[in-house]
Amino acid sequence: MTEGTAGRGQDATRRAVAAVWRIDAARVVATLARYTGDFGLAEDLAQEALAQALERWPDQGIPRNPAAWLTHVAKRRAADHWRRQDRQAAGTAALAHDLELNRFEENQPPWDPDEISDDVLRLLFTACHPVLSEPARVALTLRVVAGLGTEELARLFLVPVSTVQQRIVRAKQTLAEAGVPFETPPRAERGRRLASVLGVIYLIFTEGHTATAGTDWMRPELSREAIRLGRQLVALQPDEPETHGLLALMELTAARFPARVDATGAPILLADQDRRRWDRGAIRRGRASLQRAQDCGRGLGPYALQAAIAECHAIAPDVAHTDWRRIVTAYEALELIAPSPVITLNRAVAVAEASGPQEALAIVDGLAGHGPAGHGPAGRKGGLATSYLLPSVRGELLARLGRTDEARAEFIEAARRAHNARERDVLLAKAARGGSPDRGAQ
Amino acid sequence: MQYMLIMRSNDEALAASQEIPFEQIIEAMGKYNESLVQAGVLVAGEGLSDATEGFVVDFTAEPPLVTDGPYGETKELFNGFWILEVASREEAAEWAKRCPLGPGSKLEVRRIHSTEDFPADNEWIKKEEGWREEAARRATTAERA
Repeated sequence: MTEGTAGRGQDATRRAVAAVWRIDAARVVATLARYTGDFGLAEDLAQEALAQALERWPDQGIPRNPAAWLTHVAKRRAADHWRRQDRQAAGTAALAHDLELNRFEENQPPWDPDEISDDVLRLLFTACHPVLSEPARVALTLRVVAGLGTEELARLFLVPVSTVQQRIVRAKQTLAEAGVPFETPPRAERGRRLASVLGVIYLIFTEGHTATAGTDWMRPELSREAIRLGRQLVALQPDEPETHGLLALMELTAARFPARVDATGAPILLADQDRRRWDRGAIRRGRASLQRAQDCGRGLGPYALQAAIAECHAIAPDVAHTDWRRIVTAYEALELIAPSPVITLNRAVAVAEASGPQEALAIVDGLAGHGPAGHGPAGRKGGLATSYLLPSVRGELLARLGRTDEARAEFIEAARRAHNARERDVLLAKAARGGSPDRGAQ
Repeated sequence: MQYMLIMRSNDEALAASQEIPFEQIIEAMGKYNESLVQAGVLVAGEGLSDATEGFVVDFTAEPPLVTDGPYGETKELFNGFWILEVASREEAAEWAKRCPLGPGSKLEVRRIHSTEDFPADNEWIKKEEGWREEAARRATTAERA
């Protein structure tokens, strides 16, 4: 055998091991965490077992039940670890007993999904624990639940491998220092903790399609990871309406991905997208998820409401035939449960389509402090205070009302605030055109 | 990326499956399907009824010829499929290997084309997307009716 083919064979095994890890990481780490009661140790042990697999499997072949092999090896390492720690306490004795009873069997049956799902759920809650920073939650979730390697994480987040490694190490330290137990959160904390899990998954999704770092406008791989995590969460928590709501929102948003950028990679606005390129399968799945959120019968939460808005777009043949009244209603509900100036501004855009620019302008003026509703504290503008969005939308509405000079001034102000060169060019072009109306700029 | 796992079984597999209690087969397949769902990879999947209930439309003749029963002289019958969304070809292979099937059964694994596989400006691709959209709209209208 030449060196070249050996290299290729090794490479093929490495890819196969990575695939096994994608499938089994969560279950292996979760089993070990329950077993050792120590999340950080469980993750270390699992990584050691994976390293051993990468060493052995190229020669020995991949075992019939790789997850059982990995768990077995990791448990042996745990025994070594405890011996080194000289902890001859009950833990070690129990472990030795367990290893004796559960000698590794090549033909062990695969995981029993009923038994393992609670452990995986605990794993997800732990990785998304509020004691961790958001980047730490994201990194830990992708690492232990999605089974992504350090190199892959570094590539996806455009940071050095050492940064990812540090983030993981610190996250595990933080969990240990805070004494976070490996458990499903108690009832009183349940809502807040589930919100954190949903938030982490949605953050991974949005990072994939708005790409806050780097030059690519979209990294669909990250969004696909988020959808996969969303599907996992739905399977683990089928009675929570917002798990379905989040999955619906992600499916319906991802359905537009094939139409969101042009051949040069520049973003295309919703109104200008070729809707024939939208992914009909994703729309169908998203609508089914939204229906399941509704079927839970506890009303719609913020994710489901956003999904309902995305659904209105997904099923409309074009901007003119979109059910803007339903969109306005959904934004009104969102403002009630999660008020924010950005939501209000979006409602104004929908109102402009549903009822005309005059009514929308009154809402926007309320936000901008121009009209009678604008006497509130300046803080009301929230994240909008310095954003180009407010003057941009106001300019659009003024242009539609034929108030050209005022529109031009707003577009110039918006261009001044824009960070992105491409956005700035678009806004300056609008100012130069004398603010001729454009539609559906969301 | 999405892959289709196409299940084919021959007479040997069908005969062997008669030996095993039906409940046992259902349970093993149920657990496999549940593990696909819990891993977040299952997009769709269906089992097909007996091939003798089916029929074949053959376009060799004009007009096309309709004959009862399974396709031609085939020894392996297509009897079900899964569509999985996974990270790699290797992951699709790993999931396929875990399917609880026995001797005489095979899974053919094929990648499903995505829109990115084709040039966006090809007029036939655009037309096909138009048809898909039309079909989806009709389905939506039917749902509402």
